[in-house]
Amino acid sequence: MNDLGFYLVQALTGLSSASALFLVASGLSIIFGVTRVVNFAHGSFYMLGAYIAYTFVERLGGALGFWAAVLLAGVAVGAIGVVVELLILRRVYQAPELFQLVATFGVILVIQDLALLTWGAEDLFGPAAPGLEGTVNILGTRLPEYDLALIALSLVVLGALTLLFHRTRWGTLVRAATEDREMVGALGVNQSWLFTGTFFLGSMLAGLGGAAQLPKGGADLLMDFNILAAVFVVVVVGGMGSIPGAFLAAVLISELGAFGILVIPQSTLVLMFVVMAVVLIFRPWGLLGRPEAPGQHGQVGPPEPPLRPPGPRLRAAGLLLLAVLLALPAFADDFTLVLAVEIAIMALFAASLHFAMGPGGMVSFGHAAFFGGGAYAAALLVKYAGSPMEVALLFAPAMAGVLALLFGWFCVRLTGVYLAMLTLAFAQVGWSIVFQWGEVTGGDDGILGIWPSEWASNRLAFYYLSMLASAGGILALQYVLHSPFGYAMRACRDSVVRSASIGIDVRRQQWFAFAFSGALAGLAGGLFVFSKGSVFPDEMSIPRSFDALIMVLLGGVKTVLGPLAGAVTFTWLQDEIGRLEYWRFVLGALIIAIVVAFPQGIAGFLRARLGPWFGVREMEA
Amino acid sequence: MTPLLEVRGLSRAFGGVQAVDDVGFTLDRGRLLALIGPNGAGKTTCFNIINGQLAPDRGSIRFAGREIVGLAPHRIWRLGVGRTFQITATYPSMTVCENVQMALLSHHRRLYSFRGRAAAQYRDEALDLLARVDMAEQEDRACSVLAYGDLKRVELAVALANAPSLLLMDEPTAGMSPRERLELMRLTAAIVSERDIAVLFTEHDMDVVFRHADHILVLDRGKLIAGGAPEAVRSDPRVRAVYLGSEADAGA
Repeated sequence: MNDLGFYLVQALTGLSSASALFLVASGLSIIFGVTRVVNFAHGSFYMLGAYIAYTFVERLGGALGFWAAVLLAGVAVGAIGVVVELLILRRVYQAPELFQLVATFGVILVIQDLALLTWGAEDLFGPAAPGLEGTVNILGTRLPEYDLALIALSLVVLGALTLLFHRTRWGTLVRAATEDREMVGALGVNQSWLFTGTFFLGSMLAGLGGAAQLPKGGADLLMDFNILAAVFVVVVVGGMGSIPGAFLAAVLISELGAFGILVIPQSTLVLMFVVMAVVLIFRPWGLLGRPEAPGQHGQVGPPEPPLRPPGPRLRAAGLLLLAVLLALPAFADDFTLVLAVEIAIMALFAASLHFAMGPGGMVSFGHAAFFGGGAYAAALLVKYAGSPMEVALLFAPAMAGVLALLFGWFCVRLTGVYLAMLTLAFAQVGWSIVFQWGEVTGGDDGILGIWPSEWASNRLAFYYLSMLASAGGILALQYVLHSPFGYAMRACRDSVVRSASIGIDVRRQQWFAFAFSGALAGLAGGLFVFSKGSVFPDEMSIPRSFDALIMVLLGGVKTVLGPLAGAVTFTWLQDEIGRLEYWRFVLGALIIAIVVAFPQGIAGFLRARLGPWFGVREMEA
Repeated sequence: MTPLLEVRGLSRAFGGVQAVDDVGFTLDRGRLLALIGPNGAGKTTCFNIINGQLAPDRGSIRFAGREIVGLAPHRIWRLGVGRTFQITATYPSMTVCENVQMALLSHHRRLYSFRGRAAAQYRDEALDLLARVDMAEQEDRACSVLAYGDLKRVELAVALANAPSLLLMDEPTAGMSPRERLELMRLTAAIVSERDIAVLFTEHDMDVVFRHADHILVLDRGKLIAGGAPEAVRSDPRVRAVYLGSEADAGA
C-alpha cells in the first residue's frame, strides 16, 4: 500500500534526523556527567564539524575521501575540545558553580568569528556523499540513500559507545565518575586526564554529528544555536549522562517532528516541548536518567556568608552612585546617556536573574523568555489597544509574571541543571511562537513604532524614567531578598529537607519566587521596548538569555552586587567592541580572559579586596 | 485517652527489601521512646514515613487522633511534629538565630510576606529558644561554621519553634563526644517534661538509650522484635542475639 510506504519513509526520515541530535546530545551528556560542565559551546563544535568536513571533502574527494573527511573532522573537533579543556576549563574547575558556563560562552563567540573568518558568511551547500546520491524505493515512496547511512551511523556510534563504556577500563572509569566523582578521585584515578579524555570524546561526537549531516544540511553560521535547544531537550528527556537515554530521546523527538509536521505544520517545537513536559512530570530525571544527588548543584564550593544589611560606607557608595546617575545628563553626551539607559535596563534584567539563580538556587538558561515576554506584552498592548506607555509598562511585568508562573509550574519540579535546561527549552518555545506567529507579532520583522508617551519622549525625561524604574526594580529585588519571602526562598535553596520539616511548601515557595523574578525581567523588557522603539524575536532568543547569564556569572553569583558589576562590564564591553569587524572574537577572548583572571567573578574579586573597608563581613575561618 | 501517636501495620519495601515490615506502636505525651536496632534495621525509614518524606506501602499513622499518612512533610509539621536529622540539616547561609527565626516565620505564616526585614522578626522568641538549648551566645555566627554538636542543638531549637507536641529525633547525638551526648539528652528530657511533649528517637549509643528512654522498641530487618521498659529489653534474649551480646552488654 502506498500509504504504508509513505509512513515508513516518514519514520525513517525521522530516524535519520535523530542521528545528528543523538551524536551531539550524547557528547554533551558524557562531558556533563564527568566534569559537571554544561558545555554551551557544544553547538559550536557541531558547527565546526560541518565546516571542517566541508574543507576535507574538497581536498580529498571520492567516496573514501568523503568518509575519511567525516572522521577527520570528528577527530579535529575532538582536538579542539581538548585545547579548550586544557587552556581554559582546567583553570576554572574550582570556581563557583556554573562559572565554567561563562568560559564556554566565550568559546562560542570566538568560534563564531573564526568560522566567519575562515569560511565566510555565505551558507555552504554540502557535497553529496559519493555513492549515496540516489534514493531507494520503499513501497512506492522514495527515501534518500544517505538517510539510511545516517541511521546506520547512529546505530554504529551507539554500539561503539556501549562497548567503550562497558568493556574498557577507561569507559568504566567514566561511568564511575559520572556516578560519584569524589569516589573516583579518592581511588587515585588521575582526574585531569579523565576530564581531558572525556572532552575529546564528547567534542568528537559533536564534530562527527556536524560532519555527517553535511550532505543534508550543509554548513552555516547559525548551526550552533539552532541545534542547542533541541540538544538540551534530548539530554533532559533522555536523562543526563545516559547514552541509551540520549538515543531514545533523540529518536522520540525526531519521530515526533517527522510525524507532527504532517498533522500541525510549524508546530514541531511546541510538540517537542509538550513531550518534554509530559516526560518530566512523570520522570523528573528523564527517561533513563537517575536523580541527582542532593546538593550536587545547589551549593557548590564554600557556603556563602549570611546576608547582612549594607554597612554605612556601602550605603554611602550607593547614594554616591545614584547622585552620579542623577547628575550624568549635565555633563554627558547623548550617546553616553543612551548607553547608560541600556546598562541600567540590563542591570535590572541581570538582577532579576540573579535573584532566581543566586539566592533562589534556580538557574535559568532561558530568562529571556520573561524579558522578551514583557517586551512583547508591552508592544502588543500599544499596537493593538493603543495603550499609553504608562499602562504598558505595568502590563509588561504582569504578563511576564504570568508567563513565569506558567513555565515555573513545570520548572520548579526539577532542580539543578535539569531545571536550567527546561527553562531554555521553554524560552525557545516562546521564541518560536513570536517568530512564527507573524500575523500578530510581526514575526522576524518585529513590532516597530513603540515610542514613549509625550512627556517622556525627550532623551532626558526617558533617561530619568528608565533610571528610576531600573533602580526601583533592583532595589525592590534587594528589599524582597531581605523580607520573609526572600528568606524562605533562600531556605529552600539551602536545604530542602529542613525547609519541608519546618512547614515550608518548597515547590510553591520556589514557584512564586521564580514568578517574581520573571516579572522583574519583564519590567526590564518593557523598558527596553520603549528605549528602542521596537521589539524583535531576538529579545527572546538564546543569545539574549545567555547575555543575562553571563552578566550574572561574570559579576559573581554569590554577591548581591554581582549582576550590577556584570551588567556594566558586559554591556559596556559590547558597546565598545561592537563596532569592530570581528567583535565576537574580541569579546569572547576578553570574557575568557576575565574568567581565568577572576574565578570568583568581578564583584567577588572586589569584595575580597575592598569588602572589609565597606564593612562587608567575610566568613570566619 | 487516645495516644498522641499511634502507628499500625507500617510497611515499606525498596525493591525486594522489606525495609519496614508491619511495625506498630503507640506513644503518649511526656514520654521518650527509643527506636533501636542494628544498621539497616529500618529506623530512618520509619522516621521518614512518619514525617511524610516517604509514603508507606501499607499501614496507618494517627497523630492526635488524625490520620497523617499521605500528608506532605510541611503539613505534618503544621500539625505539631518537629524533626531533627541524622545528618544535621540547617541553613548554612544563615546565622544561628536566623535559622530559628525561619521556623518561627513559618509558624506564624509569614512565608509569603514582603513586609519588613526577616532578620528583625521574632528575634526575641528565637533568642529564647536558643537560650533554652544553650546556644544564645553564638546566635550571630553562620551555621556553616558551627561545631557539629552545636549544630545539633540549633536543630533542636528549630524543631521546638512551632511548639510541637511530638519531636522526631534521628540519632540526635551522632558525632558528639560522650559528655555532649549525655548533656543533650538531659536537655531533651527536661524539655519533654516541662512542655509535656513526646519524643521518638533513634540512637546507636546504648548508654544514652538505656539512661534516657522510658520505653524501647527494637527493630531488626524491618520487624519489631522486642519492646518494653529498658530493663525488660536489656534482658531480652532476642535483643542480645541481634546485637551479638556486645553492644547490649556495653550499655549494662
